[in-house]
Amino acid sequence: MKKQKRTTEPPFLPLLAWRNIWRNKRRTLITLLSVFMAVLLSSLMISIQQGAWNAMIANLLNTYTGYIQIHRKGYNDNPSVNLSFQASQELIRKIESHPKVQIALPRLESFALASTENLSRGVLVLGINPEAENAITNLTARISKGKYFAEGEKSALLSDSLAAHLQLQPGDTIVLLSQGYHGMSAAGKYSIAGLVHFPSPDINRNLVLLPLKTAQEFYGTGNRITSLALFLDSDSDVEKTAKTLQNQVDTSQYEVLSWTQTMPELVQARDVDTAGAILMLAVLYVIVSFGIFGTLIMMVRERIYEMGVLIAIGMKRYLLGIMFWLEITFIGLLGAILGMIASFPVVYYFHQHPINMTQLSSDATAIYERFGFEPIFPASMDPNIFVQQALFIFLITSIMALYPFWTLKKLKVMEAMKS
Amino acid sequence: MSLIETRQLTKTYNPETVPVHALRGVDLCIEKGEFTAIVGPSGSGKTTLLNIIGGLDKPSSGQVLINQTDIAQLSENQLIDFRRDHIGFVFQAYNLIPVLTARENVSFIMLLQKRPAAERKARAMELLEAVGIAEKADVRPIYLSGGQQQRVAVARALASRPDFVLADEPTANLDSVATKRLLDIMARLNEEEGMTFIFSTHDQRVIDRARRIIRLEDGKITQDETP
Repeated sequence: MKKQKRTTEPPFLPLLAWRNIWRNKRRTLITLLSVFMAVLLSSLMISIQQGAWNAMIANLLNTYTGYIQIHRKGYNDNPSVNLSFQASQELIRKIESHPKVQIALPRLESFALASTENLSRGVLVLGINPEAENAITNLTARISKGKYFAEGEKSALLSDSLAAHLQLQPGDTIVLLSQGYHGMSAAGKYSIAGLVHFPSPDINRNLVLLPLKTAQEFYGTGNRITSLALFLDSDSDVEKTAKTLQNQVDTSQYEVLSWTQTMPELVQARDVDTAGAILMLAVLYVIVSFGIFGTLIMMVRERIYEMGVLIAIGMKRYLLGIMFWLEITFIGLLGAILGMIASFPVVYYFHQHPINMTQLSSDATAIYERFGFEPIFPASMDPNIFVQQALFIFLITSIMALYPFWTLKKLKVMEAMKS
Repeated sequence: MSLIETRQLTKTYNPETVPVHALRGVDLCIEKGEFTAIVGPSGSGKTTLLNIIGGLDKPSSGQVLINQTDIAQLSENQLIDFRRDHIGFVFQAYNLIPVLTARENVSFIMLLQKRPAAERKARAMELLEAVGIAEKADVRPIYLSGGQQQRVAVARALASRPDFVLADEPTANLDSVATKRLLDIMARLNEEEGMTFIFSTHDQRVIDRARRIIRLEDGKITQDETP
């Protein structure tokens, strides 16, 4: 037997596979196009779906709830002014010393009945520090009518949908009735300084803002508050920051909760909606997979003779299997990469020019608002969305590549060469 | 010690339904450097014999020894390696890889043998020159005539420095000029380099050039002559 010095495995299989896929240009291009369209559509769909949720959550967090809230222990399960607390300067300083925390805003939050001469409605009353709050949430920019208020004023800001419902305008008066601290009755009359538009339809229907001291007087809480709303530099590491803060405060007195804990229903709704989108994607990918599989079957069946010849002259079956795997993976990845490249400007366009349902359909707008969505859908530019599509195609093609391996395992050289 | 030895080789197709006896006890010895034609009418068992000697098919009974190696004892992967390293194949339909150039087709077997790039390149060009087609080294098979393709196939068969070349009806698709040229090349390789060639053929032009003629009829050797 002749033995010669052997070198490392040459990369001839990728070359052979690449040339093979262009043996039938039309078929390869059609398959590429199907993968391309699948990636384009799925990237766009996921970007818009994720973008809409991100925008909604960001709106909610940045304009209202903050990323993390600190309450008196038990408040989250039983929100009541009776579970309010006095936020010491030391506590606030400690929290604000965390590098991620931008500011901790004191708030007093409870429910009340808002009445006018002829109409009434249950509302959410939020006492805020006008100056500090505006610095972070830029409330003045959301004033749709009238003006902003100042600390100590006996005036209120109404969300504009609520104002429309109660038929109120700036300068009118609103009466609030509620139960105050430890069961005392709370009643107050406030002039409306201005109307505020909130992006979240839910909030826009129900919110009355009062200066913090005015709210504390209304509920009789003294200088107590119900929450410290924490705003962070960015929305990353919220959970980690919440955990760190838990170690810094007395958890026998306080609870430190991230927004996913204070609004679990929102997380749940997002997860359900995401699951629905994934199901649609799965249907799309199943259709594309059948297209790719059809191509793969043709690629394999029409080359049975060639497989026989190659095995006859000394090519091992596993090398042939790898060659077919590379062929189908090249088609899949090329389609995915082209789809990613093409989807980027499309997604970017919808990122810059969000789909605005209010301009398209009033019925759809009403439906979205009823479910608490702002009917504006910006696309997310998260690069993971694009990369995930390519990885998914890679996974699909890798699974499909089992077919040529299976065919090759069963292949009888003589029968193949007679085919 | 014979290069190839077959002992009481039989092959029966469809043994349980309609048995077809392709080979009925073939005893044969082929020595190194022979230029042998296996001839006979269609269905006489020529191709079956060649396929069994080449390890592409298994006999129903009997033995094939190549350099004293009983190829029936080799596993599937060992047999593939054995064919790659010891046997060159030339097919009737050339069977070149259509996406590779002539040179790449010749290099292909050496790639499978993981030989160094420089050796592959040099050997491929040397073989293409030997078969008179070096100027078409970078051309793909589709742009070559049948005769040119078959010459590339011969070069490919020799690339692995095999012990012998099995050629199944190598001239069946060639015109007389291409046939003559191919036979000239193979005869020269046989004479100058001692390469063993075994053909199955019923082409008289091949038979006329053979130095040993084995006639098969109904799966049996009826004549074995050295003209």
